Formats: sequence, C-alpha cells, structure tokens
Amino acid sequence: MYVAVKGGEAAIRNAHAWLAEERRGDTSVAELSIAQIREQLSLAVNRVMAEGSLYDPDLAALAIKQARGDLIEAVFLIRAYRTTLPRFGATRPVETADMACDRRISATFKDLPGGQILGPTFDYTHRLLDFKLAAEGGKEVQQAEQAGDAAPAPVPHVTGFLNREGLIEEAPRDDTPPPDLTREPLEMPADRALRLQALTRADEGFTLSLAYSTQRGYARNHAFVGELRIGTVAVEMDIPELGFAIDIGEITLTECETVNQFTGSKTEPPQFTRGYGLVFGQTERKAISMALVDRALRWEELGEDDMGAPAQDAEFVLYHSDNIQATGFLEHIKLPHYVDFQSELELVRKLRREAGAEPMQEAAE
Amino acid sequence: MKDTVDGNEDRKGWMSLFARAPEGRVAALLDAACTRPGFTWLRPPEIGSVMVQGRAGGTGAPFNLGEMTVTRCALKLASGEAGHAYVQGRRKPDAEAAALVDALMQTDLADTLRTQVIAPLGAELAAATQARAKKAAATRVDFFTMVRGED
Repeated sequence: MYVAVKGGEAAIRNAHAWLAEERRGDTSVAELSIAQIREQLSLAVNRVMAEGSLYDPDLAALAIKQARGDLIEAVFLIRAYRTTLPRFGATRPVETADMACDRRISATFKDLPGGQILGPTFDYTHRLLDFKLAAEGGKEVQQAEQAGDAAPAPVPHVTGFLNREGLIEEAPRDDTPPPDLTREPLEMPADRALRLQALTRADEGFTLSLAYSTQRGYARNHAFVGELRIGTVAVEMDIPELGFAIDIGEITLTECETVNQFTGSKTEPPQFTRGYGLVFGQTERKAISMALVDRALRWEELGEDDMGAPAQDAEFVLYHSDNIQATGFLEHIKLPHYVDFQSELELVRKLRREAGAEPMQEAAE
Repeated sequence: MKDTVDGNEDRKGWMSLFARAPEGRVAALLDAACTRPGFTWLRPPEIGSVMVQGRAGGTGAPFNLGEMTVTRCALKLASGEAGHAYVQGRRKPDAEAAALVDALMQTDLADTLRTQVIAPLGAELAAATQARAKKAAATRVDFFTMVRGED
C-alpha cells in the first residue's frame, strides 16, 4: 500500500526542470511545433486520439510533445484533460456507409461495387529504410496522382452482399441507448455495446496480441477481412435549442468488418458471423484487432463452446485492455512503499527467528 | 423563433459548413463581406465535448465510440436576431464568427453573406473533398486471381 510521504520538494522541482530540458533536447536542433507533429506524425496522433478517447488532433499532438513521444503518457494526458470538459451531449450514430473513403479493401471479394481502393497504405512497400527522407530540407514532395474520374459513387458495405443471400448474420437496426463506461464503472456481464466502447479505446498492443492469439487457435474462429475502410464521416447531433440536427464536424475513422466461418451451434444455423472494429483516425491494425477480439467475445450469444481462451474471457479482456488503468496500477509500485515494506521486513525477520535461522551477521562472525 | 422546414434545411446547411470550416476561414470571409454588428452574448463561447456514437456492425445497436471537442456559443444582434454555432475543436473566435453569420443570415444582409461567405466556403470544402476523392480513385485496383498450375 502506498502511504503519503512528505519532503523532497526541491528535488522534485529540480527533476521537473531537468525533464523540461531533456524534453527540448539539443537546442541547436530546431524545436518541433504542434503543427509538425500533427501533420507529420499523424499516425501517432491518431493512436493517442483513439486510446485517449478524445478526437482532437491538436491536443493529441501537444500531448505527444509534452510526453516526449511516450504515447501511453500522452494518452494519460488526454484522458486527464477529457475529464475537465463539460459534455454537451451525444451525437447520432455515425453513418459509416456514407464514408468518404480514402481506403477501402476487401479480402473476400475482388470485384465489389465501389471498387478496391488502396489509399495511402504501407502495404506493398518494401520495408526498406528510405535514406532520401534523412536528407535535410528542400526536397520536392512527391505529389499524389489524381484520377480524373472521382464521381462520388456510393460505397456499400460488403456484408450487405452476403446478407442478400442470407449467408451471414444480420446486424439489425436497434436504438437502445448504449451504456457509457466513462459515466458508470465497467461491470460484468458487459453487453456488446459496452465491450465495443472498451475495445475501441483499448491499448493497441494488448488488442493486437489477443487478436493474434485467436488466429493461432486460442478461441477457434478463422477471420477474413470482409471489409476495411478508412475515411471521413460527418458527425451529426441534435441541437435542442434549435429543434433540428446539424453536422458539428467531420472525423476520420477506420472500420473493419470480419467475416468468420461458423458451422452453426445449438442455437444458430451454419452461416458466416461477424466481428466489428471502429476506431478514431487511420488506425487499421487496431481496427482489425478489435474486430477479431469482438468476434471472440461473442461466443456466448452465438452458442459456441467456452474454450477457456483468454480472448473469450470478457472480464480478463476488458479489465486489462485499458493502458491507463494498467500503467497507473503498474507504475504506482515504484512510489514510496516504505511503511508497507517496513512491516514486511519485520514479518520476515520474525519468521526467520521462529524458524531458528541465525541472523546473517552472527553467522558471518 | 423556429423557421419553416425549408428554412431549417437551409440553416442546417450553413451551420454544418461552419462547423468544419478551416480555422479562421469564416471570420476572414465575414470581415471581407461586412463590418461586424454589435451583439450581446446569450451564451458566451464554451469549449466542451460530445460523445460520438457508432453502430455495431455499422448498422446495429449504437455504442459509444469516444468524445470529440466542440465549441459552442449563442448571441443576439441589437436588432433582435439570434445566432447559434457549434464548431468542431477548441475555436472560440471561429464559433463567434459562425454565430454572427448565422444571425446575420436572418437580416437584410442574407443575400450578401450567401454569395460572399457561404458559397465560397462551400466551394472550398467541396474542392478539398474532391481532390482527396481523386487521389483515392487513382489507387483503385483490380486484383487478378492467378490460375493455379495443377490440372
């Protein structure tokens, strides 16, 4: 148990001053601006927004700068800031079917309405270091090609095609107000809405590893990426004082729908089942991971067997997926525990006396 | 003071445009179009958050996706018209400019502002969206499934 301590003010002040100096680094090197971080480290910014659970690229960039690039520390700063904001209300659910897609691919259908759009992806790059990027200043930026034909055609969800044949489970519209883990403590059993909220803000590394475990056989479900799309959606909210809804902004989202083999169960017919991932920003590793873990956690409602796999255990997954809770508890053990440890020390000495062990000093003499 | 349904559609359109306008853009267009009138605050600019919702499977039950920052305000012109704004991010001057245009759109200045603020802003945002859509379209692929060697 942590017990409050006094003193050390001067040392703490000096430590923080040194931290500021180290954060700045060598002053002969130009200082990073928030705009540079926002524009040039945008995937780090996206991760901090997703796990910080607050969409604001400038704030996420500031947090990354302040945290010296420690993304979990940056998420911590965003979560702390978030609690100071008054909440104006909730938006209408975003319509991902209307997304202006930068990227949209399917691993299950090669010819699909709306087409396969690669977007600004690392896929098919050679993963060789590009030393041209190390050259300082003045380099011409390669401009992206623009295709002449970009008529805004509808880009329907892939799962819609399978639904027409009745081969995949439906996701029928439902307007039950969702629970909110930022207002009520997360308690088990958690329904799917609560699980999705926890997963979308979950640590990327933890979610990735759990998803990987399901692919390796811990909770048998073979997933295909039915569809992955990245792009912007309008955010619409009802404004009570006006009596109608307006768009209050536009956000970038990554959505992943997996299609999973399912041979049927006691309660469900053989059909494809679905896992769902939706995450702030361009965050496709996280969105795919989320969809796999979401699917694994659905074993009970689909009447599957509990295989005892970690990814099937909602309590294990949801109580350990939040990196701020995890790091808060983990890192507190480095803070002064002197009183606690003193009593442990007394206990061990007493047990040794009772066991007849000679004190070390005497034995040495 | 609710408008007709058509009026609402129109107003919804410009308010939605202002919400996602680049920083300082509405103010610049407004100041180029007219001198700002006097006003009193009904609700001074306030920064807060809204909880964004998604739907499971894209179409199913809603869930809470996370929050986004929003700035809102409301004001009243000396002549009585009220203007409201909700804009994305932490942008008090932008919210003020948006609420001013919203109020002025209910005055004789409406036509001027429609051609000098709303139309150019709409065109700028549409051009940005179109440029991005064209880049995406240039990365459209056709995958060919190779025929396997076995008989």
